Amino acid sequence: MAERQARAELSELDRRIINAMQGGFPLTDTPYRDVAAGLGISEDALLVRLRELLETRVLTRFGPMYQIERMGGKFVLAAMAVPEARFDAVAEQVNALPEVAHNYRREHRFNMWFVLATETPEGIDAAVARIEADTGLPVYPFPKLREYFVEMKLSA
Amino acid sequence: MSPTDPLDPLDRALILATQGGLPLVSRPYEGLAAQLGIDAAQVQARLARMLETGLIRRIGAVPNHYALGYAANGMTVWDVDDARIDALGEQVGALPFVTHCYHRPRHRPDWPYNLFAMVHAHDRAEVLRHADRIADLLGDALQGWDVLFSSKILKKTGLRLKD
Repeated sequence: MAERQARAELSELDRRIINAMQGGFPLTDTPYRDVAAGLGISEDALLVRLRELLETRVLTRFGPMYQIERMGGKFVLAAMAVPEARFDAVAEQVNALPEVAHNYRREHRFNMWFVLATETPEGIDAAVARIEADTGLPVYPFPKLREYFVEMKLSA
Repeated sequence: MSPTDPLDPLDRALILATQGGLPLVSRPYEGLAAQLGIDAAQVQARLARMLETGLIRRIGAVPNHYALGYAANGMTVWDVDDARIDALGEQVGALPFVTHCYHRPRHRPDWPYNLFAMVHAHDRAEVLRHADRIADLLGDALQGWDVLFSSKILKKTGLRLKD
């Protein structure tokens, strides 16, 4: 994966853009121009910086965050204990599924944690079965029983 | 969670068109509208409705937290008295350094923890200080805990519906 781990060199403007763009993107005819005006820059300058931030993976995505439960789907966190010698190969198998929305390596016996996102609840079971069949390893699903708080904004 | 309606075909088409991201062009909604054979005002109205109903949480950018200098991402996990977890989960979720907080099932004997709270910080020591504060808050309802630091993002694409 080309995911960068290092802290990026960000200009003051990049930080302001990242902070301004984490939510509340306007539903106007020219939304970038409107955000740019708020930042005191031109629309072109904003678009150039956004493309660069996405290309260098400082931003992993820009657009609507869909809450799949509201359309009958499901998000489930799941974990696996993957033998170190097979870690990269298993990561490749798991990541190959479009149902895997993100995946993190964590320092624990359960060293792989991923989120399955599917359009129907049955899709989760199918994805879990598929991963278990592909890897020969048990998958531990952690569906949410209750959500107390979610706020993913981080200040740059 | 409110009951769900079946997904409207136009909403679904709009989700498919935007799940990879919004176009980085001057009139992004117009571009989407052309693609879907509707007009920009309809795209805007649909997106507004999805925001209202919660189908869209927000429209915005997702940063790679490492790139922003949040080098330590700790998933703190807690074994909390089931009878008290809702009240305590709300309090843990309200802490300023907690970005997600959920009640999830245990998988005994391998996994005794039922409360998950994600903590993003600049270094591991800061995550651990935050975890101490959560432990204090949970008090005598707490039976055990752990912090799982992330060492690598293996994938981060977000939701993908199938065509």
